[in-house]
Amino acid sequence: MIAQEIIKSLKAAIWFMFLTFPIMVIKVNTVYKTIEWRWMNMVFIGVGVFVGSFVWRWLLERKDKPSAKKESISTRTQAYLAENPISKRALQGALLVALLFFPMFMDAYQINIFTVALMYIVLGLGLNIVVGLAGLLDLGYVAFYAVGAYTYALLNTTFGMSFWIVLPIGGALAAIFGILLGFPVLRLRGDYLAIVTLGFGEIIRLVLENWNDFSHGPSGIAGIDKPNFFGLELNLNQMTDGVYYMMVVFTIITIFFVGRLQNSRIGRAWLALREDEIACQAMGIGRTRTKLMAFALGATWAGLMGVVFAAKTSFINPASFTFLESAIILSIVVLGGMGSIPGVILGALIMILLPEYMRTFSEYRMLVFGGAMVVMMVFRPQGLVSNFRRKYSFHGVDERLGG
Amino acid sequence: MENILEVKGLTMDFGGLRAVDSVDLYVKPKEIVALIGPNGAGKTTFFNCVTGIYTPTKGDILVNSNRGGVRINGFKPNRVTERGLARTFQNIRLFPNMTVLENVMIGKHCRLSAKIFGALFRDKKTRAEELKAAQECYVILEKLGLEKTCDELASNLPYGDQRKLEIARALATEPKMLLLDEPAAGMNPQETVDLTHLIRMIRDTEQIAILLIEHDMKLVMNLSERIYVMDHGQKIADGTPVEIRNNPEVIKAYLGEDIDA
Ligand SMILES: Nc1ncnc2c1ncn2[C@@H]1O[C@H](COP(=O)(O)OP(=O)(O)OP(=O)(O)O)[C@@H](O)[C@H]1O
Ligand SMILES: [Mg+2]
Repeated sequence: MIAQEIIKSLKAAIWFMFLTFPIMVIKVNTVYKTIEWRWMNMVFIGVGVFVGSFVWRWLLERKDKPSAKKESISTRTQAYLAENPISKRALQGALLVALLFFPMFMDAYQINIFTVALMYIVLGLGLNIVVGLAGLLDLGYVAFYAVGAYTYALLNTTFGMSFWIVLPIGGALAAIFGILLGFPVLRLRGDYLAIVTLGFGEIIRLVLENWNDFSHGPSGIAGIDKPNFFGLELNLNQMTDGVYYMMVVFTIITIFFVGRLQNSRIGRAWLALREDEIACQAMGIGRTRTKLMAFALGATWAGLMGVVFAAKTSFINPASFTFLESAIILSIVVLGGMGSIPGVILGALIMILLPEYMRTFSEYRMLVFGGAMVVMMVFRPQGLVSNFRRKYSFHGVDERLGG
Repeated sequence: MENILEVKGLTMDFGGLRAVDSVDLYVKPKEIVALIGPNGAGKTTFFNCVTGIYTPTKGDILVNSNRGGVRINGFKPNRVTERGLARTFQNIRLFPNMTVLENVMIGKHCRLSAKIFGALFRDKKTRAEELKAAQECYVILEKLGLEKTCDELASNLPYGDQRKLEIARALATEPKMLLLDEPAAGMNPQETVDLTHLIRMIRDTEQIAILLIEHDMKLVMNLSERIYVMDHGQKIADGTPVEIRNNPEVIKAYLGEDIDA
């Protein structure tokens, strides 16, 4: 038994030493034309993989044990909060107060980072409608963000239209684009859908990059007006605070609406569509309508955030809307837990705040994300926070039926 | 009395294979009709054509022929369900990660009207509608004896209960006619007897017609008022259970299978 385990780990260690040999051991110095052999690295990798593979197998085993199947902390917490509305309100109140007083103790830089984090929470919640609730893997979400941003940038710089007027226009236009994307992909699922949406995102970006007369190409659009708060004259710091508070309000509204969508007739239909499309249609749910609604609603939030983004930075160019952006938003949803609002919030905070505060590691950011994703998929595929569903109670029915 | 479902010359081709070959069939209100035949006879394909999952190659499917009749060929499945035909599946197709009650509430979907506005603002009307829907679904579950499992995930139910839940979900669409595809498949003899009573009870209390595919001859003979027999895509006989039992063509098609079982 133990001998077997040791052989397994030895095999893994040798395999890894072999694989990493060219990059970790051989170092060619092109100036002096010498080769440096770093055998110590090979030893490190061998020992590391040997030990690591034991840990990995131990974790895998622990995961499969029935005792580990008991409800996770997140599920228990959510169940507790659902049963104790007072603690839930108290927690919400505390969080709100913390959010409101936060800018008083922080400098503009910190506030800015938090504003960005809030924006990603909203984006994550929007994408969560499409990916988490309706189960449609959308890799081109950033396209709708771009639609919103360019709507405001163009309408503001050419016609001088104000932020608050363009905000709904940007949302609506993004929704229309969502429906435009939705129609051709109605029949697609999974990987196929992912590829087409990825392509859609790239099309939008490439159009913005190359259609100089319309979008000013790669040089972007500068001098976009900041949002106007009740006609007040604000200095730079006050503007940062203003945008922050606006995002707090936005986030609360989004959480509220997405929560309601989830527990509504439409939310149920999305869930069912995700589970079994044919059965869902046979039970009387229109596929076209339901899917388009998910695309349109998800896109709306991206559009709104796009407008906010353009107003906040006052300069946009196509480089802000690359696939990486879609990938980050998707990671937020997957990491946090698909379909779970607290999960998406947590995911956004981790994905946005951690890299900001660990600048020293920022070079390895993508590496860490990738590794974290793989580990997540193996050990906790449902995300950090598992989706908690409400339950119905039927005391009313029992009484009515005399039972 | 007029027919609730009338099918004329229904034909379905898969490439070169004619799975259903000009089949005629009708069902009157409150009737229990069985559709039987050996494996691969085309019974499920017939159901799929009627419920809009396939668009038939030829033929007419008419619903409610008393009011002139609506031809539902090529309707999307959800439109067919709105017209009052609800079905179950041979290979169970529940929503495994939704609760039992939620499964049934999906059936209610097409009879509810809440739109995005209602979902976002949850006004009084929407709340009342949701509560009423949940209660009606709970009553359906009680009827089928599944109410205790209402908050359980559908995938956690035992096999027999999953089949019943499919029926409950179909009932929630408020159908005029139920199409059951092998409801007793995989059930033990006792469960099959219970199911027989259950189907008759549903017909009597809900006043709906039932068309069922089944291989269990005892259930078919006990339950149905008329029987259609298919083989190789064609209808080879129809009539009362007694007529079918003594029909030489049917016996030939079933050669080796014990029709009196
Ligand atoms: N989607 C399809 N594409 C091609 N051929 C199909 C398709 N569906 C069914 N068939 C074929 O049509 C014929 C009839 O199949 P069907 O499933 O309707 O039989 P059935 O009477 O329901 O049989 P069973 O009693 O085993 O359920 C079979 O030969 C089957 O292989
Ligand atoms: Mg079949």
